[in-house]
Amino acid sequence: MRDSRYIITGLIVFVVLLTFPLWSNAGKAASPPQPNLDTPAIQNLEQKQCVEATEYMRADHMQLLEDWRNQVVREGKRIYVAANGKEYEMSLENSCFECHSSKTQFCDQCHNYLDVEPDCWTCHLEPKEP
Amino acid sequence: MGMAFSFILVVILILIVALGVLVPGLQYFFAVVVPYAALLTFLAGMVMRVLKWARAPVPFRIPTTTGQQRSLPWIKASALDNPSTTAGVIGRMALEILLFRSLFRNTRLELHQGSRLAYHWEKWLWLGALLFHWSMLLVVLRHLRFFTEPVPGFVTLLADLDGFFRFGLQGLYISGVTFLVAVTYLFLRRVLIPQLRYISLPADYIPLFLLLGIGSTGILMRYFYRVDVTAVKELTMGLVTLQPVVPDGLGMLFFIHLFLVSVLAAYFPFSKLVHMGGIFLSPTRNLPNDSRARRHINPWNYPVPVHTYEEYEEEFRDKMKLAGLPVEKEG
Ligand code: HEC
Ligand code: HEC
Ligand code: HEC
Ligand code: HEM
Repeated sequence: MRDSRYIITGLIVFVVLLTFPLWSNAGKAASPPQPNLDTPAIQNLEQKQCVEATEYMRADHMQLLEDWRNQVVREGKRIYVAANGKEYEMSLENSCFECHSSKTQFCDQCHNYLDVEPDCWTCHLEPKEP
Repeated sequence: MGMAFSFILVVILILIVALGVLVPGLQYFFAVVVPYAALLTFLAGMVMRVLKWARAPVPFRIPTTTGQQRSLPWIKASALDNPSTTAGVIGRMALEILLFRSLFRNTRLELHQGSRLAYHWEKWLWLGALLFHWSMLLVVLRHLRFFTEPVPGFVTLLADLDGFFRFGLQGLYISGVTFLVAVTYLFLRRVLIPQLRYISLPADYIPLFLLLGIGSTGILMRYFYRVDVTAVKELTMGLVTLQPVVPDGLGMLFFIHLFLVSVLAAYFPFSKLVHMGGIFLSPTRNLPNDSRARRHINPWNYPVPVHTYEEYEEEFRDKMKLAGLPVEKEG
């Protein structure tokens, strides 16, 4: 085999690069994020329920927040009626953080895991960590 | 024909996974077994293909002269197009792999006013191909955020730059859009140019339909019918730490996306897509043109039994003399 030195080296580099996630995580345990739901406001809820159904919140909360923002900023409406008839003030700081009072123990848990950094906090206030 | 066949094939693949994940217990198969099998097939297939090529004899340089070869000092040589040194070859390979230089030279031949031949500049294929490959590289690198924990800094940087514009509150990844646009262009090109359509086979359409499917499910599940991305990462981290778990709430679109990617990966080494490895082993690109400056001895030369003239004359001298033929040595 001609040039086997280069070809084999190339192949090894190729395989090592492609399996990077496998060897760089070797031996580690995959720990899913644990957003903390244990806040005083949630403790006081009769029904432990978010604004909308949990599956919807997990996948679509950015959509909900966008609707809220557009409703408030463009339409001037501030009250949101959820699917189950409950009413909420459409506010990032006064609703979401009312119940999820710790950003670091809730939002950031998932966001760090997935490496997303919403830029909301350049204008909106982060809740004071309890 | 080829197009209809490939389209139906990809639709069937989508139906298989869409119906399959509804069957209890089969989710594990599509989320764990299929991706692992696809990765193994991809790696083993690529290695085998490359080793097979490596065994092909390349006894001498094959100069494709798109530039002046190095010869006399006062003739200007083209160091990149016709390199005579290793550094030149590395330059030529880099231009080829990173910028598709040979596609850049593409021309279109047309007859004008009856019989006048004209060559046209044809840069669209080069542009489309460049856009497609670079977008795909960026998309794949950004996807590393699903496979690493913590996510390496360069992935974050790429995502920040790529997601400069907004779609709602989310970053709009430009490379995801250009990926889909470029694949669509490469597909339309095949369909709309009659000569190209004539030579297109299922092997050309299948990768395009797979990529179209992958790109569109990706965009749909990021911006329109969102999936639970946290659950997706739980799955992918389970896969890369070899402790696979299938979390609840993986969306249908995600299963389709993942299955099409798996099919593509498994099909890759056996399709025309292996040019990813092949480009590195192109003898017309990766050898310096020094055939005249250096003697290349065929490495697998073996002694060939020859019959020299001296031996011939020795054998037939008498008969030659009788016939009156001249001989070199008397007696
Ligand atoms: C009335 C209190 C309340 C408000 C207001 C509220 N949440 Fe929730 N949220 C909850 C509770 C309780 C849960 C847990 C539900 C469950 O366990 O099924 C939850 C769950 C969630 C989850 C899923 C977490 C997980 O681990 O699966 C997300 C994401 C979320 N909320 C985001 C938000 C956002 C964004 C807002 C603002 C738009 C918001 N929540 C407003 C009470 C609230
Ligand atoms: C269950 C995990 C989880 C929790 C809890 C959570 N998020 Fe998210 N959030 C995500 C994921 C995952 C994304 C990114 C989805 C993607 O990349 O497509 C995201 C994206 C966002 C985005 C869009 C930004 C972007 O770049 O995509 C906003 C805004 C956001 N989250 C706000 C919040 C707020 C505010 C909270 C806390 C009240 C919160 N999230 C809690 C998982 C979570
Ligand atoms: C450039 C500054 C800026 C940024 C960045 C920003 N906002 Fe806002 N947002 C505002 C302003 C100003 C209002 C109007 C406040 C009002 O009228 O009560 C607002 C209102 C809102 C509202 C409704 C009212 C309220 O009290 O919450 C929501 C929801 C909202 N923003 C969500 C978000 C989210 C989610 C993000 C991050 C992805 C974000 N915003 C980023 C400036 C910003
Ligand atoms: C050939 C490889 C792949 C290609 C070309 C591809 C392409 C895409 C594209 C274009 C998007 C749209 C968003 C973006 O631009 O990033 C996307 C999203 C997505 N892809 Fe892929 N993908 C590939 C492999 C995978 C794999 C292996 C997985 C997981 C196992 C995956 C999971 C996802 C998920 C979860 C999203 C949604 C991301 C979000 O909402 O932020 N993809 N993909």
